Parts: sequence; C-alpha cells; structure tokens
Amino acid sequence: MTTLTLGRASVPAKYLPVLVTGCLLAAMFVAGGIRYEGFASGQVLLNVFIDNAFLLVVAVGMTFVILTGGIDLSVGSVVALSTMISASLMAGPGWPPYLVVPLVLLIGSGLGLVMGYIVHAFDIQPFIVTLAGMFLARGLCYTIGTDSIPIEDATFTAFAQTRIDLFADLWISPSVIIAVVVVIVATYVLHYTRFGRSVYATGGSEQSALLMGLPVARTKITVYTISGFCSALGGVLLSFYMLSGYGLHAVGMELDAIAAVVIGGTLLTGGSGFLLGTVLGVLVLGLIQTIISFEGTLSSWWTKIFIGMLLFVFILLQRLFSARTRR
Amino acid sequence: MRRLLWPLVVLALLLALNVFFTPSFFSIEVKDGHLYGSLIDILRFGAPLILVSLGMTLVIATGGIDLSVGSVVAISGALACLQISQDASVFTAVALALALCLVLGLWNGFLVAVVGIQPIIATLILMVAGRGLAQLITDGQIITVNSPAYKVIGGGYWLTVPFGILIVIAVFAITTFLTRRLALGMLIESVGGNAEASRLAGIRARGIIIMVYAFVALCAGVAGLMISSNVSSADGNNAGLWIELDAILAVVIGGTSLAGGRFSLGGTVLGALIIQTLTTTIYSIGVPPETTLLFKALVVTAVCLIQSPSFRAKVFGGRGRSAPPSPAPEEKVRVTA
Repeated sequence: MTTLTLGRASVPAKYLPVLVTGCLLAAMFVAGGIRYEGFASGQVLLNVFIDNAFLLVVAVGMTFVILTGGIDLSVGSVVALSTMISASLMAGPGWPPYLVVPLVLLIGSGLGLVMGYIVHAFDIQPFIVTLAGMFLARGLCYTIGTDSIPIEDATFTAFAQTRIDLFADLWISPSVIIAVVVVIVATYVLHYTRFGRSVYATGGSEQSALLMGLPVARTKITVYTISGFCSALGGVLLSFYMLSGYGLHAVGMELDAIAAVVIGGTLLTGGSGFLLGTVLGVLVLGLIQTIISFEGTLSSWWTKIFIGMLLFVFILLQRLFSARTRR
Repeated sequence: MRRLLWPLVVLALLLALNVFFTPSFFSIEVKDGHLYGSLIDILRFGAPLILVSLGMTLVIATGGIDLSVGSVVAISGALACLQISQDASVFTAVALALALCLVLGLWNGFLVAVVGIQPIIATLILMVAGRGLAQLITDGQIITVNSPAYKVIGGGYWLTVPFGILIVIAVFAITTFLTRRLALGMLIESVGGNAEASRLAGIRARGIIIMVYAFVALCAGVAGLMISSNVSSADGNNAGLWIELDAILAVVIGGTSLAGGRFSLGGTVLGALIIQTLTTTIYSIGVPPETTLLFKALVVTAVCLIQSPSFRAKVFGGRGRSAPPSPAPEEKVRVTA
C-alpha cells in the first residue's frame, strides 16, 4: 500500500484527499475567525450543520451513486417533490405526518428504483436517465401546484422550532440528529458490509466486479434507490426547515450535492472516496455561505462570484496537494 | 445515417402531432420580404440552442462537459448591450463580447487540460461565478438598447431568411468542414475515446481540449448575442438559464455518447430541433405550461429508450438475434497418422 510519509507519520495515500480537504476546511475556519468578529465560535460551526442538514443527507445518497461511477441529477427535484407532496397532503386532505412521511420516503425510493432499473437494464447513461427523472419530478411538483403551500402541522412545526441544547450554550436542531444518524448508518453500510464493498468494486471496474461474481445489477439499482430515499428524507428535512411545500425549492441542489461529494475527494469516475469526505464537502459549502453572510456587504452577484472563487481556490489547492501522490 | 433514424422518426412524429392540431402548421409565407411560419419560428427560436449544442457536442466528444454555457450566454449579451448603451458601435460591442467569451472558454480549457480538474467541477465554477459576473456587468439591472443594427443578429432578416438561422447554417458548415474534412474531428474523437491511447499515439490532447472549450464558449457567446438582440435587452439573471441541460440533452438525443468518442453534428442539430419542436408543440396544443417538464421527461425517456439496443432487443424481440443456431456437426478430419 502506497503511503505518504509526513515527518514521522505515514498516511496511506488513499486517505490523502480527505485529509487535504479537512486541513483546508480548518484553514478556512481559522481565516474566517481572524477576519470576522464572532466567527470563531462553536455555534457558527453547528449552524452550518443546522442550515445544511438536508444537503448532508442528499449528499450522502449522492456519494453512493457517484461511488459506482454514476450520477444522480434528480435529487433536487425529488426534494422539492417531497415537500410538495407532504405539504399538499397535510393541508388539503389533512393527512397526519406519520402517514405522509413514510409515503414520501416510499415515493422517493420508488423513483430511484425505477431510474436505477432503467440505467442498468437498458444500459443508458445515468446522466440522461436522472435528468429525465429530474424533469419528471419537477413537472409533478408543478402539476400538484404552482404556488407555495404552507405547512402548519404541529409535529412539523415542533421539529422546525425545537432547540436541543448541548453543553456550553451550544444548540442544534432535530434535523441535525437525523442527518448524523444517516451519516453513521451510511458509513457502516459502506465500509463494513458486503454491499458497501460491492459499491466500491462496481465503481472501480464494473467488468471486473461482474467477473468476480459480485451482484453488480443489484448494487447499481440499490444505490439509485438509496439516493432516492435520501433525497426524499432530505425533502422532509427541508420541509421542517422551510415549513412549506414549493415547486421551486431546491433548484440546483443536485449541483451542490455533486460539488460536496467531489470536494470531499470522491472521484466522479467512481471507485474511490469516503463518506467523511462528503461530510467535509458539505461543511466547506456551508462555511463559504457563512463567510459571505459575515462579510455582510456583498451584493447578490458578488456573492456568486465569491462562491465561485472560493470553490476554485479550494479545488486548486486540493488538486495541488493530492497530485503529488498520483504520479 | 442509421444513427439518425430514431431522432428523425421522433421529430417527424412531433411535427405530425402539430399538424394534427394545427392544420396550417406547415404553411410558410413571405410577408414584407420576410419568411413567416411555424416551422420558421421553430428554427429561429431554436437557433441559440442549436449553436450551443454544436459546441457542446465537441466538448462531450472529448469526454468532458460544459455546465457554464448558460452563464457565458448571459455574459455575452450583457457586455454587448452595455457597450451599445455606452454608444459603442455594434461591431465593437460584438467583438468585445465574443473576445470575453473566448477568454472564458480558454479559462475552462486551462482548468480541465492543464490543472486537471474534472470538467463538471471546473465548469461548475464558471457557471456559478459567471452569473455573478453577468450581473456585475449589468449592475443588477436589465439593460435595454435601441439599436436597429444590433437587432439584426437575433431578430433580423437577410434575403427573407431570419439572420439567426443563417448564422447557425454558417457555423454548422464551418464546424462540419473543420471536423470532417480536416483531421480535427478524428483527433477529438480519439482524445475522448481513449485519452491514454491518444497520448501514446502522439496526439497533443491538451491543445485539443483547450480548443473545444474555447469553441463552445464562442458558440455560447454568439447564442447570447442572438438571444439578447432578439429582445433588445440583456438580463444577467435569466438569459440562457438551464440552456446547458437542453444542450446536453440535444447532444445525447443526437447519438453522441456522454463518455466521449464518436460524435454526430447532424444528430445534435436534430436533437436540438426535437427539443425546440417539443416546446412549440406543447404551447400550440394548449397543454398547461406546468406540465411542460413532464412531457419533456417523457419524450427524452422515449428517445433514449428507443436508441438503446438492449431496450429494442427486449421489447421488439431479437430480429435475428434469437438463440444462435446450433453449429452443424463439424466433419472431423483425421489429422494424425
């Protein structure tokens, strides 16, 4: 196993991208703490989790798909569809949350299952199938309704407004706990189960995995189902956060999720990457947003330029630092 | 030509559907020295998409992707309108806008080819920052201009044919010539098909990759000029929104694989026409606009499924692809002594 020796410590080369991401994240946090008043507090970091819990869940699902070498562009639309379905069912026919949430999760997983089946059985590029899925889900949103539907259900509002107090004046929201549970379960599945190994193998080389006798078809279809489930769960978390269902929620979230996964060190060609990397990627994106809000005076277009620039610097540094081991 | 069969069939079906609802769909007449008709409208409104898709074809053929074309469209229109509103000549405005787009394309190519960043992320950076750049140029406003010369690009006519269509024909002709008559097309296909083998064969992939990204940015720039001149204004926020997805769709419908390699410019034009016709069909049939995306999803899925050999085999049965005939017992010739 190739290792990189830093002084006396030796780090396996495969952990290098995640390590680099972690160091750059820490550097960004420190830089923000120096530049802005009140930035260097634990609550700022926890706020990133609170504000991006749904993105974290969606990105976890996306990680599974990208690890097999595919991609899922439908996640943002499935998130929006979940919010629309939950809002419209609770507002109109008055369904209770314990019926609505499982239904929404089922629909998301079902959509993912269908897309995974089409990708595998008919050998069509995942980009196109999930793009069609994105149009389908978005179209369904608009068919349900074009206006925003407020959510007034007590359980949802409770989830939205509860603060769970930790030590030393820090607090988080229930969504963060759900997101953390998802991350832990996903890490276990990915690194300690046979299915997880199959995911990595399929991404590394599908042909080799097939020849080795691994259940490639089942793996591929399952990862898309997982991604659909995570998108639906992310949608539920988003409806806690926004307390409304709207067809224009989560536009472009798929790109955020892909960016988080790639920043976390996972290769888009599949086969290599860690869930911890994805978590760090989401933190990077969230921290960039926090820096911009601390900067305060940026107009909306300078914000976009700033995000682009920060993303670029991050990717560049990551590339420079990990390039040394790739020779 | 066989690869273009299914896109042609789908296009024909869409057009037939249109004629069914609007019997005068195919009529083309000449009014005030201009060509008018639904078909002309499809071509005119689809011209920017066709242009961007042509550029996107070459990028995808090298195994990459360009998500930033929408932002480049917005930037190009914004800069041109800004220049014209400051009393520059149309020629200078157009030249400056295209020059900026070229620089942006070179930037993308540099990131992908030299720095080695994955294309989806490299172009994502410009996609995000580019919108901000476009709004920076317009200072957050929508710039309206009043220049008949500028209006010609997107909304004008020359010899009764809409100018936009002429631009598309010219670009298509030039691109086809450069890629099929010269070795450029083969080099692009080779870089996309197997980058390592190309490198071993001595092909300088770097230059080719930078070139295709510059080309798509240039195409997007011209498309941006067409879009903004059609409405005589520049909107940094909405110009070219999501045109990259439509362009990628057009390329894939046209038969080019996203993995890179062989590409088909004619197929891409067909794909772009299908997407544009679909939008027109939905409006003319009177389907509520909310369901536009649903129809798009259906048509895209249908086309891709039909194009997939495994789908055709499963649904239509193997035409001659059933179980291979058992080999006739071979006559064994005794060889040994």
